Amino acid sequence: MASVPVARRRRFEDFSWVDFIINALRFIIIALVIIGSANTLLSGRFTFEQWVSLFVAGLAQGSIYALIALGYTLVYGILLMINFAHGEVFMSGALTTVFLAHAFDRSGFLNSQPLLAIIILIIFAGLVSMSVALLLERLAYRPLRSAPRLVPLITAIGASFFLQYTFRGFFGSQFRSYPAVDALKGSLEIGTINIPIVQPVVFIAALVLMGGLYWLVERTKLGKAMRAVSEDKEVSRLMGIDIDQIIMFTFAIGGMLAGAAGVINGLFRPQGVNFFMGFVPGIKAFTAAVLGGIGNIRGAMLGGLFLGVIEAVGPNLIFNGLGIPGSNQLKDVIAFTMLVLVLIFRPQGLLGERLTEKKA
Amino acid sequence: MEKHRKPYWRTALQVGLVAGVVLLYLGTIGMLAAFQEREVIYEIVSLGQILIVFPSLVGGWMAARRVQAHGASPVVAIASSVLAGIAAAVPTLIMLVINANVENVRDVLVNINRDWVDIVTFGNRDDLLAGAVLLLVVLAVASAVGALLTLLPGKLRSALIFTSALVLLVGMFGETVRQILQQLLPRETLDSIYRRTSLRVGPAVIIFVLGFIGSYFWAYRKETASRSAPRAANVTPRSLTQRIIVFIVLAIVLLALPLIVGRALSDILVTVGLYVLMGLGLNIAIGLAGLLDLGYVTNYAVGAYICAVLTSTGTLGLTGGQMSFWVVIPIALVAAMITGFLLAMPVLKMRGDYLAIATLGFGEILGTLAISDWLRPVIGGAQGVLFIPKPNFFGTELVNPEQLYYIVLAACAITLFISIRLNNSRVGRRWMAIREDEDVAAAMGIDTARAKLLAFTISAATGGVAGAIFAAKVGTVFPNSFTVFVSINVLSLIILGGMGSNPGIVVGAIALVGMPELLREFSEYRWLIYGALLIFMMLNRPEGLIPSKVRQRELAAESPPESTPNPTSAAQPAIGD
Repeated sequence: MASVPVARRRRFEDFSWVDFIINALRFIIIALVIIGSANTLLSGRFTFEQWVSLFVAGLAQGSIYALIALGYTLVYGILLMINFAHGEVFMSGALTTVFLAHAFDRSGFLNSQPLLAIIILIIFAGLVSMSVALLLERLAYRPLRSAPRLVPLITAIGASFFLQYTFRGFFGSQFRSYPAVDALKGSLEIGTINIPIVQPVVFIAALVLMGGLYWLVERTKLGKAMRAVSEDKEVSRLMGIDIDQIIMFTFAIGGMLAGAAGVINGLFRPQGVNFFMGFVPGIKAFTAAVLGGIGNIRGAMLGGLFLGVIEAVGPNLIFNGLGIPGSNQLKDVIAFTMLVLVLIFRPQGLLGERLTEKKA
Repeated sequence: MEKHRKPYWRTALQVGLVAGVVLLYLGTIGMLAAFQEREVIYEIVSLGQILIVFPSLVGGWMAARRVQAHGASPVVAIASSVLAGIAAAVPTLIMLVINANVENVRDVLVNINRDWVDIVTFGNRDDLLAGAVLLLVVLAVASAVGALLTLLPGKLRSALIFTSALVLLVGMFGETVRQILQQLLPRETLDSIYRRTSLRVGPAVIIFVLGFIGSYFWAYRKETASRSAPRAANVTPRSLTQRIIVFIVLAIVLLALPLIVGRALSDILVTVGLYVLMGLGLNIAIGLAGLLDLGYVTNYAVGAYICAVLTSTGTLGLTGGQMSFWVVIPIALVAAMITGFLLAMPVLKMRGDYLAIATLGFGEILGTLAISDWLRPVIGGAQGVLFIPKPNFFGTELVNPEQLYYIVLAACAITLFISIRLNNSRVGRRWMAIREDEDVAAAMGIDTARAKLLAFTISAATGGVAGAIFAAKVGTVFPNSFTVFVSINVLSLIILGGMGSNPGIVVGAIALVGMPELLREFSEYRWLIYGALLIFMMLNRPEGLIPSKVRQRELAAESPPESTPNPTSAAQPAIGD
């Protein structure tokens, strides 16, 4: 992006002070990370087992980010817009399904047939989130497809708040926890390492869903059409692809994954769900999508897992070594700093180079 | 455009069902029940009842317009709108049936409760059938009224709508109007107009009749005036003397405002003023330079915390309360500018939505840091900084909101002046060039990095001042006051008023900050309404209520190509088959 020919400056000639400061920033951050990690590792404050369990917890959390991030990436790949309200799509599924989950729990179905019950919950949440995503596309985004870029973004911000407070109106503002599933209560013992069984289950469930998506996009005709539309809308229209339909499919798939992520997240985290739960995971999942290279499906998966792990390991590894108290409170700082850093230094992400000047 | 015309009844059903879904939605989110409590006309009309009939009224209007556009006669139009009104009741009736037969609807949908049933059946909670029939009749009538409005001549219609809105506003803001009139009228006269905060019937009728006659004649005069004179003659620029007179009148009104409206309203005025101040600042980044900054709250927070830490008499105060508020203001300003400068540095190369997300990220980072234990020794963590003294003006403590109002007013005036000057300066033109097309601006020899940096820095300044005044006003500073909601609030008011338009910001701040403070019912649904408003404005009026002149001209220049149908969507069906 810096390659835009700028008229020669009179005083600074070829020396760009902006670049200089950004580079200095890069050095400072790298130095801080190295010093912090070295301090923590040398002090031996945490055992190997603790690191491993943090890592696995991070993977589980990261797989949820990855599922949400896929929604951002799919939409961005096709419309080049940030669906800022995607976190709310995630919330809508999670919040609505909590009632069904409790109904299942009361009838005993959840514990007699845990696998089937959870699959039904995931499908239900997927359908709810899908409807919200489709409504959003139809009512808010479709009329703005040819508008200047800030317009859909502001619309999406509006939609985000509108959805949050709509669901607050529907279901109230209190936190509601998902019922505990007996089958997910135990923990795995591998040598001296103790891992709650729910974490690998979350991870595997997310992997299955992501595998399904990958198959859909890479192997089916629909996926081919989606890829074609993301490549060039006009040409794919000439090839006989109904663009509106493909965009709807994209929103639907992204919504379903987000809804599924909502249920998985609910089973995994005991603190419950409420109407505001989608906002921060939404931004973090966006971070994950950018991290992997937005518009890139594999990138979103990788970015999500990476972010989850960094967020779990980072505060203890870096902040602790720097002598910052209460380092776990600063989990979000790591995620958002990551976001800003990626946007500054590698806007194309880890895997992607799709983001060209024109699109950025 | 359509080959096969839809039958009228299908159009009517469609519109009616949409209106019905809206009505059910309003009930389900609890808006009906919340608004029911505010009576517009004493014991006759409440805001909730208006909210019940409003969707069908609009639905009836739209159904009638649509079928008339396809050549239906007035009678058919009214019949279709009655059908639409009946359809509008259906979703709510279904929910009523569900609620009557399923026991625990309330456990899931918290607002489908007895209050809701009471409202939609107009009090017939025990006789649901009668209530349902009543609802059907009311909605059908409302819908027919909507259709009748389309048949009225234009002048009569606009006069009717204007007067109804007037009565509604006078009744709705009864509390406010009362407070203002208290100082002019004796108590008995007021009591004969208002019963507590709602209008009495008689005065409501009088206001309606007077307003109707007035607005009808106004419309009549305007029509004859525009018929006799060509349109262009109406828009001659005002002369200098006229402008000076307007300015002086405005200044007097603004200066006298706190004396007119009293203490409680002055407090709201101060809050509105703070948001005007922030709006003017953020407008430089968003409206002029096109930089969508979603982390504006950082500047506000920096200003507030600087003021708090420097003047507090509590344990966290650095000077033990020795430093004066007037010294702190420039410090807060400079500190906010430095913050703005530092945070702008890394994002200079980002554009559009990336910039928005990155600035949002900054806001979240600083918010998390403010709550954290790490910075607790300095800024107090979640407990915040307490005991911030009020500003001291030559020996008198400015305790009252009436007094604080003048500080805010002065700050707004200075900012407005700077903003207008910047708008017409070379720098302003550079910003606008960047807003329109950054690459072209760079090619024209504009140092875009420097111009953007300047925009961020200047826009941050007013945020700092607003934060400092806020800290002095409330006396305590918590991290919870500085969330992303502040940024969204400021953004919304800029969008509502019109990007880049200074008067628009004032209107936006009054509507978005003042209204929710005046109406408790609104403040509960404030964020819902903000969200809907942002979407609505972007879809229908992206230039805002009071668009800036430049924007107006731009949109006027763009409109011809926009009016032609969009090639992708128009050509779609033909190829898709």
